[in-house]
This record gives sequence, structure tokens and C-alpha cells, in this order.
Amino acid sequence: MTITQDDLRFDPDRKLKVVGTTPIKPDGVDKVTGRAKFGADTHLPGMLVGKVLRSPHAHAIIKSIDTSSAAALAGVKAVVTRDDFPELPPGEFRDISSNCMAREKAFYDGHAVAAVAATSERIAKKALKLIEVDYQVLPHVIDVMDAIKPDAPILFEDMVTKGMDPAPDGPTNILQRKEFTMGDVDAGFAEADIIVEREFDTKPMHQGYIEPQACVANFTEDGQTELWCCTQGHFVFRTRLAAVLKMDISRIRVTQSELGGGFGGKTMFYAEPVAILLSRKANRPVKITLTRNEVLRATGPVAGTHSRIKMGMTKDGRFTAAEAELYFQTGPFTGSAFANAPQAMFTRYDLQNIRAVGYEVVSNRPKVNAFRAPCVPQVVFGVEGVIHELARKIGMDPIDLRLKNAATEGYKTIYGATFGPIGYVETLEAAKAHPHYTAPLGPDQGRGIATGFWFNRGGETTASLNITPDGTVTLLLGNPDVAGSRVSICMMAAEELGIPVDKVRPIIGDTSTLGFNRVTAGSRVTFSAGMAIVLSARKAIETLCQRAAMMWDVPEDGVVFEDGHVRPASSNVGDFEPLSIADIAKKATETGGPIAGHAEIVAEGAGPGFGCHIVDVEVDKETGAVKILRYTVVEDAGKAIHPHQVEGQYQGGAVQGIGWALNEEYIYDKDGRMENAGFLDYRIPVASDVPMIDTVIVEVPNPLHPYGLRGVGEVPLVPTMAAIANAIDDAIGIRPRSLPMSPPKVLKLIEEAEMSRDQA
Amino acid sequence: MDEMRYEAPETLDAAVALLAGADGDARILAGGTDVLVLLHSDMIEPGLLVDIKKIPELTSIAVEAGGFRVGAAVSAMELVEHDAFSKAWPGVIEGVKLIGSIQIMGRATMGGNLCNASPAADSVPALIAAGAIGTIVGPEGRRDVPVEDIATAPGETSLGKGEILVSFLFPPRPPHSGDAYRRFTPRTEMDIAVVGVGISLSLDDGGTCQAARVVLGAVAERALLVEAAAAALIGTPLDEAALERLAAAASAACRPIDDKRGTKEFRIKVAGVLARRAAQDALERARGN
Repeated sequence: MTITQDDLRFDPDRKLKVVGTTPIKPDGVDKVTGRAKFGADTHLPGMLVGKVLRSPHAHAIIKSIDTSSAAALAGVKAVVTRDDFPELPPGEFRDISSNCMAREKAFYDGHAVAAVAATSERIAKKALKLIEVDYQVLPHVIDVMDAIKPDAPILFEDMVTKGMDPAPDGPTNILQRKEFTMGDVDAGFAEADIIVEREFDTKPMHQGYIEPQACVANFTEDGQTELWCCTQGHFVFRTRLAAVLKMDISRIRVTQSELGGGFGGKTMFYAEPVAILLSRKANRPVKITLTRNEVLRATGPVAGTHSRIKMGMTKDGRFTAAEAELYFQTGPFTGSAFANAPQAMFTRYDLQNIRAVGYEVVSNRPKVNAFRAPCVPQVVFGVEGVIHELARKIGMDPIDLRLKNAATEGYKTIYGATFGPIGYVETLEAAKAHPHYTAPLGPDQGRGIATGFWFNRGGETTASLNITPDGTVTLLLGNPDVAGSRVSICMMAAEELGIPVDKVRPIIGDTSTLGFNRVTAGSRVTFSAGMAIVLSARKAIETLCQRAAMMWDVPEDGVVFEDGHVRPASSNVGDFEPLSIADIAKKATETGGPIAGHAEIVAEGAGPGFGCHIVDVEVDKETGAVKILRYTVVEDAGKAIHPHQVEGQYQGGAVQGIGWALNEEYIYDKDGRMENAGFLDYRIPVASDVPMIDTVIVEVPNPLHPYGLRGVGEVPLVPTMAAIANAIDDAIGIRPRSLPMSPPKVLKLIEEAEMSRDQA
Repeated sequence: MDEMRYEAPETLDAAVALLAGADGDARILAGGTDVLVLLHSDMIEPGLLVDIKKIPELTSIAVEAGGFRVGAAVSAMELVEHDAFSKAWPGVIEGVKLIGSIQIMGRATMGGNLCNASPAADSVPALIAAGAIGTIVGPEGRRDVPVEDIATAPGETSLGKGEILVSFLFPPRPPHSGDAYRRFTPRTEMDIAVVGVGISLSLDDGGTCQAARVVLGAVAERALLVEAAAAALIGTPLDEAALERLAAAASAACRPIDDKRGTKEFRIKVAGVLARRAAQDALERARGN
């Protein structure tokens, strides 16, 4: 009998000893002592410093690049430009390559145009100044709605909008269109007694990880590439690097560092292929560490949006139809993952009639990248605003209205899947029962709620579990740990094997140690790698049982594994002292060799996640400043393997959403140069800007995971801005529809609200 | 590549001689919380950096003429922890405390905050409101100037070549005096003032305002000492009408720009709001001593 993924079903009767507790993380001590190695912590003998020259123009033809003076400077060992990158056919990899090093045109302020490797940073910086680039500056466009105006500057003269039949004639910045529909929207609206239709704007949001990207590349005479970098997916980096640089995948070995934050932003590389090409030319290792300025000017934020959202409802509060038209700004190249938005925005409501159309639009800003639930929070900001308004129109409690329309098991979603057991209703009920929801509010204070959904993902995942000669266990995992996955995976292994969690030590292997692993993203890793490790453990347990049977000279079906020991299945088998894993491991050489289990799976059955946020704000009516007074995140985790890690996800998502809601935005000057490329003026929240975020972990088990878990990484961000906007309405009497809800904008809204009250 | 020279003289004369004799860009290094940031971000490339922290006169706090003389390179934290000074000038301390985080304040100095000449510098409005006098030493000798005459425009000061701001002299405090600093930032901390207001005032025994200085930060090319705003308070008990006039005068004096930190319209409105709040803080302190 061979165990497969299909055998890993949730067992509600299983008694748990490790899962659900909160042990110290295996990577925790090294992090607090400073021993952990992050992206910039790799040093090799003879290593050079790489620096990148970046376009000061938002949109310009690069007529020529003269690197001769830079190359001639003493201490400069290599210079690369577009000429060093292999030519590629149009498509994904050419886009990736062109984003790492501009080809015909520079498409945004900060776009890489050349790079040098030198023996010191000072020499490298001096060399950059000696590179002469002849630019022909073109008109540029920043904002998504400006980019679709008829007279907008065009980024690609030959762009033909995908997903429109027939494609519109003439030049366009609309890269593609995707439509999702279900039911009969017109009939749904005809059934409605109340229809609310509103437009919303959100700004691009940087992931705001504290660790800037850093990498060391070493290209050897043998044509092998070694790369050390901070990444959310070293296997995916390897595949894409091989395509961009036209190398064999097996000749590239990527080793991931500890990650100082990613949030989706480290699912794509920037300087890595540049470092590899510099190393190849210089014949020495090359390190490139981005500055914060480079991170903000040239690495992906998530898309800014404009949306029009319309919903219909009967007078007793039943939703009848929903419609959305959505525009996503993607920078010069596709990458917004905007199709998530139409599929996720209304999903949690029992809606039968939906039409949602999304457009991905290019403009002269950095290429966007993933960020927790890519493109969903931006549009949920609108959806939950419309629902907030609908609830007010009929005087219904906002949670009750959502409960009345909540999707439940059996609902067929717009993306085709039918929900199994889900926890949306349970989440709403827990929110409603929370003391926060009924606590009194003071003057100038308001309360808002909003809810969100994320699909959660699975995908290709591999793992190995090795039983060492003393019975302790090592794990080899293939996904960078962005937020506590390692400890949770160790806990599942310990639970399976019946041993204490500190007897299980994990490492994350480089790309040559395991089979392919999909990127750490989409809330997939603790779910998928958990399945892989449980499968590995159960395979090892099978072997342990075989070995014990051999040691006792009894049939294999005469033994069972329980509480970390192999025991006789019954007294008929014989009178044997149970054998611990260590007892069996000690004899492994005599019984057939080392004992291990491994798994290579495409993890399936990720259970969807739902959350409800409650927030109280206080608005300073003279300055427009919004203070977050109290915040509660209620979310279904299926099962919290390590509750502190789950709470950390809930709190972190809310804090990032607070930044997006209140202050974060890119500010460009008239020439399209970013004016606030630093954390002083790109205002992510500081600790004193946020209250302690309270959390409630709802647990409606996912039947398709051995411990019932659902991913929890994305949902905590999804409703945040909507909840805060709804709370601001409660405080000032007008619901913001544009982010960020910064003091000058809120002050204007207060004045508008006062004026309309005076007129009334 | 041209090398940068670093010097750390132990006397004022040596420092002045180094700066006066420099060709090209020479910078004074006190706490370095602005200069080092500019250096690291390649905004400046000085040939000479003169560290003034080893000069005793620049790093001491002393009582003088019933007031305080504070060295220009005294760290913000040292000033904050000076009990007698903090008690006398709580508004100045409020500004100093906003220069940065505790770590930054361990390095940053009030002299640097003034001479960096940012119109948004947090310690400057209350410093001007306090009526402090700056002592400057240069190749031509020593001179005293009101602090409001030192920073002239963003990044520019009235200091000549070779001149160093050495210390601030804070005047003695009459009874029933109080000062305060209020600023507006989108974040609670680690941010640059969008508007700042420093106010210092003295009351007579009956609670009528005898003297006042009102200073606005971040609403012009430099901090503004607004006499019309002070006039709105002097001779009043800081009643509602006086505060109303103060707010109007403060808003009227603003000549801000739209920039990444705030709009013109917002700054003008909020300057009035903060002036009123700062006056109320200062009044409460004045009544308490």
C-alpha cells in the first residue's frame, strides 16, 4: 500500500498534542540574536560590488549608451547593458528581461539602463556617472485613467488589447481585458428595489518589506551559476532566470536567505540577472544590494485602481445582482494578476447574477507585483462601501445584512468551484458576538466593519523527512519561510511522529536539493508543505513499522504506530516492549538502511478563507487626522497549527491595510519622477500609529487537509481599507471613496459633509 | 576619486581655520543626522568634514545671566534629560523631542536642526518663540544674532564662510510664563512637520498676556515669527475671541507651497488650528508657574 495525498483527510476525532500549541520557532533564536543570514549577508572571496544606473526619465527612447569611460576606470571589472541580455521572443520572459534592463525604451523613473561591477562601492558609483546615455525624452503618463484617454502618450505603438474581440483599432495602453459573468445581471437588477452604484480609486501600494533586495551571483568557468538572494520562491527564480538568460535550469543553483519581509514583492527578481551577467563578464562573484530609493522607484508595488461598482438589493435586504468595471495600472508590463479581482470581489455573498470586467493598463510607473491577495483589497474597498451604503438605506445592521446574504457550503462561485464547508457565517457570527462590536463610542468616533475572501492556493510542493541515527528528525523543505511556516510544518511532523517539536529541525534547501516548489505566495505554504510533510512522515512511519516487524520477526501487519512507538498490534503478536523511533533508528543499518520519507505533490484542496474586520476611528475634525482606536480581526483559519503565527498574519495584514488606507501613496512630480522614494515620505505606519490589533481565530476545518487548516496570509489585508472607510463615514457622515484617506482629503470631506448638512 | 577629509579639532579656533581655509564644499558635522544621510544618498560630496563635537564650548549646558547657554552641538537627548532646562522651556523640549526617534536624538543637535535650514525643522519654532540668541564665531570674531535670523531659506543660512554656530542663549523666564510646540504630521512619529507652531507667552498676576511670540514652521521658506499673531494675544486673557484672532492671524501669515508633505490650502487652515492649540497649552503652563 502506498500512501497518497488522497489519504490525508481531516480527522475530527484525532487527539492533538502539538498542533494548536505555541512552541518557539526553530528560526527564532537566530533572528533575535542577529545570527540569521538575510539577503545582504552572503560574502564570497573576491566579491565585487555591483551598482545599477537608472533612468531619470519616466518615458524615453534610449538612443545610445556609451560605457567606454566607465569600463576604463581603474577598479571597474565589468559593465553590462541591454546588449548583454539575450534576445527573446515577445512574451513573459522578454517582459521580465526588459524590466530588469531597459531595451529600446526606459519606461519609468528608476528603470535600469546599465550596471557596473567594481572593487568598491565608491568606484562603482563613480563609474555609473561616467556612463553616457543618450535619451530622447517622450511624454509620459502616470495615472491609470489618464492612460486610457484618447490623447494619452502610448507606451507600445504595437500593443493590441488582448481579450477583446474584435480588438479595438489604433494605439492603446489597454493591455488586456477579462470578463467574468454568472447568471442574468439585467434580470437581477430588474428584481432590485434599491440600487447603489459608486466609483472608487485606490493608489499603488508598495509591499514595504524592511529588507531591500540583495543578491550575490557567482558564474563559474564551467558555465554554472550560483545565486544567493532573498526571494519568496527560489525555484521560480531559477526557472525564470534560465529562460531570461538562456541557460539550462540545472546549471543554475539558487540559495534563498532568510527573508526580511516579502508580502508578494519578492516573487519576482530585479537585479539578479544583472548580477549574473556582471559575474560572467568579471569572472568574479558580484553582489548587488538595492537601496531603499531603488526599492521604491524600481520594484513592484501592487496596482492602483479605478473601479465602478453597482449592486442591487430587495427592500428586505437580499442582494439581487452585482456589476463591476475595473481598471488596474500595471506599470509597463503585465503582472498585476488583476483577474483575481473580478473573481474574488463579490465571492462570499450568495449572489447568482454577477458581471465583472477588468482591464489591465500600462503606464510609466514601475512594473507592479503581487501583494497579499493581489488586486482584491483595492476592489473590496468599493464593494464593501456599496454594501455599507445598502445597509444604511434599509437601516439594517451591517453584519446582519452580510449574514442574510452569506454564501454557504454548496454555493457555486463565479470561478467555477463549488464551496465545501466554509466559515463565512461563523466568522460573521463571531464578529457580531465580540464585545468590540457593541462597545460605546465617544464623540467624533465611528465604527466600521467589512469582510473579505481569498481563494487560498496549493500547488507543486516537495519535502523530505529524515530520521537520524538517534531518532531525532531533520526536514528538508523547498519554500522560503515568510511568516512562520517552518515552525508549523515542524509541528505537524512532530504530531505525526509522536515526538517533541524540538526534536524536529528544518532547513530550507537550495534549488538543487529538492524537486520544484511553487513560490511562497497565495497563502499556500503551510497548507501545501504541511501536506507534503505529513505524507513524508506517514511514509517514514510505514518504514518504521516494517523495520520493527523485522526486528521482532513478526508480520508487518502485526505492528502499529502510536505515540512515537511501534507496538505489537495485539497480545497475539507477542510480548514485546514498544520500540521508540530512536530504538528503530539505532538498528537501521542492520534492518535495511537509513529511514526517510519524502513527497512530491501538487497540493490540492486548499480551503477558501474569510475574514471580518471591526475598526473604531476617531477623526480630528479640524485637521482631518484619523486615529485608529481599536481594531479586531476575525478570520477562519480552518485550524490554527501555531496560533501565534496565525495572529501575526492577522495583525500584520491589518497594519499594512491601515497604511494603505491612511497615508501610503506614490507622489510624482510633473516629469514623472517619484518624489517620495524613502520611508520618511512614503508613509508606512509606525508602531504608535496602530493600536494592539485584537484577533479572533475561527476554526471551521478544511476537510481536505490532515489538520483542517486553511491559508491565512491574504485575507487579513482584504477588508482593511473598506472597514476604515466605513468607520470614517460613521464618524463624519460621508464615506471616502478614494485612497489614501489622508488628512487633507478627509478634511475636505468633513467640509463637504458640513455643507450638505447646512443645506439640508 | 577625490578623497573626503575628516577633521575633529578640539578648539573653536582650529575649527574656524579649517572651514575658512577649505576649497570647495566643506561641511560641519555635529550629530550627523542630516549630513550623513545626505552623504549616503549622494546628495552632497564635500571635500572636508569638520566634526565639532570635541569642542567643549559646543557641547555644554550652563546657567548664564539667569538663563541658559546651550552648546549648539549638545545632543537632543542630553537637553531633554536636563531637568532645569526642561522645566523652564517645556515647549522647546516638545520640539526637540520630535527631531527623531530616541536613537536619532542621541545624535541630533539643536544647532544642526537650525543650520540644516529646513523650514519644517521641529526644534526651530519654539526656539525662536523663546527669544533665544545664537552666538556665532568666525574668522572675523564673535557675534550674537537672534535665532530667527540664522536660517534664511531651505538649506541656506546667514552664516558666512568659516562661521560656526556655537551656542544658544535662552533669556531668564519671568513668572507666569509658558511655552509650547504643536505640529501636524500624518503619522504620529518619525515624520516631518506639515505645519508647526511654537508659542511662548508671559502673563501678569491677573492673567493678562504681557508678552508673546508666535512662530510658524513649514509654511514658508523659513520659520516665521508672526507679530500679528502675537499681537492678537497681548493684552488679552487668551479668551475665545483672542484665540480666534490668533488663528486668523496665523493662517494669514502662511505662504506655503504644495509639496509631497501637504497642500497649501491644508497648511493654511491647520496653522490656525495648531496656533490655537499651542496657545492653550502655553497658557496652561503659564498659569501653573
